[in-house]
Amino acid sequence: MELLQAREIVKHYAGHTALDHVTVTVPENSIYGLLGPNGAGKTTLIRIINRITAPDEGELLFEGRPMQGDDIAHIGYLPEERGLYKKMKVGEQALYLAQLKGLSRQEALKRLKYWFEKFEIISWWNKKVEELSKGMQQKVQFIVTVVHQPRLLIFDEPFTGFDPINTQMLKEEILRLRDEGSTIIFSTHDMGSVEELCDHITLIDRAHTLLEGPVDKIREQYASNEYELRFEGDVNLLTATLNTHFQILSHAKEGPNSIVRIRLSDGATPNEALRFLLDAGKILSFNKITPSMNEIFIRVVKEAAERETDQEKETA
Amino acid sequence: MNKTALIIKREYLTRVRKKSFIILTLLTPLLMAAMVVIPVVIMTSGNKEVKRIAVVEQEGDLFRHTFHSTQYLKFDYLGNVSVDSLKRNFDKMGYYGLLVLTPKVSYIPSAAILFSKKQPPLEVVSYIENALEKEIEKRKLLSYNIRDLDKILKQVETNVKLQTIQITDSGEEKKTSTGVAMAIAYIGGLLIYMLTFMFGAMVMRGVIEEKTNRIVEVLISSVKPMQLMAGKIIGIALVGLTQFLLWIILTLVLVTGVTQLFLAPQAEKIAPPPESLFSSAPQASGTAASPSDLDLSRLLSGNEVFEALASVNWPLILGSFLLYFLGGYLLYASLFAAIGAAVDNETDTQQFMMPITIPLLIALFIAMGAFQNPDSPIAFWGSIIPFTSPVVMMARLPYGVPMWQLALSLALLYLTFVGTIWVAARIYRTGILMYGKKVSWKELWKWLRYRNY
Repeated sequence: MELLQAREIVKHYAGHTALDHVTVTVPENSIYGLLGPNGAGKTTLIRIINRITAPDEGELLFEGRPMQGDDIAHIGYLPEERGLYKKMKVGEQALYLAQLKGLSRQEALKRLKYWFEKFEIISWWNKKVEELSKGMQQKVQFIVTVVHQPRLLIFDEPFTGFDPINTQMLKEEILRLRDEGSTIIFSTHDMGSVEELCDHITLIDRAHTLLEGPVDKIREQYASNEYELRFEGDVNLLTATLNTHFQILSHAKEGPNSIVRIRLSDGATPNEALRFLLDAGKILSFNKITPSMNEIFIRVVKEAAERETDQEKETA
Repeated sequence: MNKTALIIKREYLTRVRKKSFIILTLLTPLLMAAMVVIPVVIMTSGNKEVKRIAVVEQEGDLFRHTFHSTQYLKFDYLGNVSVDSLKRNFDKMGYYGLLVLTPKVSYIPSAAILFSKKQPPLEVVSYIENALEKEIEKRKLLSYNIRDLDKILKQVETNVKLQTIQITDSGEEKKTSTGVAMAIAYIGGLLIYMLTFMFGAMVMRGVIEEKTNRIVEVLISSVKPMQLMAGKIIGIALVGLTQFLLWIILTLVLVTGVTQLFLAPQAEKIAPPPESLFSSAPQASGTAASPSDLDLSRLLSGNEVFEALASVNWPLILGSFLLYFLGGYLLYASLFAAIGAAVDNETDTQQFMMPITIPLLIALFIAMGAFQNPDSPIAFWGSIIPFTSPVVMMARLPYGVPMWQLALSLALLYLTFVGTIWVAARIYRTGILMYGKKVSWKELWKWLRYRNY
């Protein structure tokens, strides 16, 4: 079941269209990646989901019914540009923001204490925000985002500004939150984290959806029947012989080992190819090559750009 | 707890706890008290130094006995001596100034000349003028050969001090003092002007702070922009009211303290001594000092002032002040909030500040005129039109304003506030999420028409 659906969202700003009939369906209890180059419309979409701005067309469904103003109490939002009141004390500020999300003072205090202890930052409670480092502020901000246990969490570029240790901690927290029942939308440029975390993705570019679906299916879809073989032996033996099962794309040597990339011919199975390859030498590994999200991202965005320039040429 | 209330609480507490707030709250009453006390102190202590003036009279000795030395002013009648050398040396001889007279003075007003190294104070000039005028008048009268002229002159000498009594609608008679009315008008108008600016700008800075901090996006995902803006404006209004209340209390404490300790003996000193410069100058001619100074010295000089102060309709004045402060503040603060939302930092505010600053400045100018002429058409319209009415009406009020004008002006003020808050809210909710863009007026107009929650 989907927790949130944004249907056919259109948003125009003076002079340009930020979103053009974009549909996003976020299944409950999943991690949903919102990908796209800078200026694609991700932040606009996130703001619309957060009810910060209104769409010109389209509708938002929350748990299957039209979203209402009160539903934002179920959302936790960590904006890309993070900020806190610099002159305010950390604890006081966290308490204030938690109360704005609808928690009672006592409840907020209890939960904040839990999180501050967990992140080992309880000693900062009476410090002013301006005394903290940027990474420390990020931690406080993360706590403030999740403290009211929202059903939907929205992180806009959550990993920028974190060191590797904190990034790892944050990733673990995100996964744990999902396992505890939260649904998470996050936008990012970091394709590595997409593969690591996301169950579903949407790729938005220039106001349009280019790609949508579960991550493994998308990677499957973009896999192009290519395999990589590592073995001890001579490549020339392979290149010299002709076969109908595959075609060699590239080969390289790595010490005593050879690495060969092949593409299967239409109708050929990997087993048939492997049977043929067995004679080449001592096999170390035989892998299907699935494109990384990074490759898919670049490829899809490039193709879209080319299509657009083609169309422009035609209309011209 | 209601979210707007939470915002109000934060806005209020963070500001009231600031050191600058506490210092300003304590310091301002001191400055106010100083404003009242210092002119008096200056007037009494500024002329302690004795000024000696050499009097030279060419052709004749009409004015030999004209100038009587006072406590701080000594005259040496030198008769007909050469002016040229004196002109060069009078200061070395210990004279403050050199007064050169000719008999022509009786028909050519400018024939009397006072040479001095420094610009002579008004009191000195008017004392000399006054003495000369009296002497010449006496001479002219003498030429008619009236018998017992001295006696007659003594009998004619009069001294009038106009008492003003206001008759209220209920027929009650009240002793008033124009000076007191003027002081209240002046302080009321100026205070509204300053407070509107001060707290309006505070709202603007608060909005800019949230924008540059980037915290606004977090806030806006929890509360509506209108709640955020209203919370800020109301929170700061409460800061203003708190400060105002503390000022009144502290000023009252200070003024009563000071009047009892210091001003009572001082006031006695000013009035009686007949040879003092101040006792003779204001009575004889009105040129001696600026009216406000005069009124201040009178204001402090005895029971009549306290009587006049007591006659002021304080509930009306203070009540109106509160209503106008709130109305004017809300009107301008909503516009200030819109400006804060439209820009990225405080230096960019200039182009939008102009249209806000100008009506307020105009209001101040009209108010200045209203002290002199509270019922002139310009003062009337200024006190009705919402953008100037808070300042101008406060300046008119102590002189008495018909109830219908007050009601009309207040109604218009609060109606306009509803309009400005509507406009401001629309600019605000779009502006707070816009970054890195120089906003033009045209852009603002577009924002007014964006669809939004």
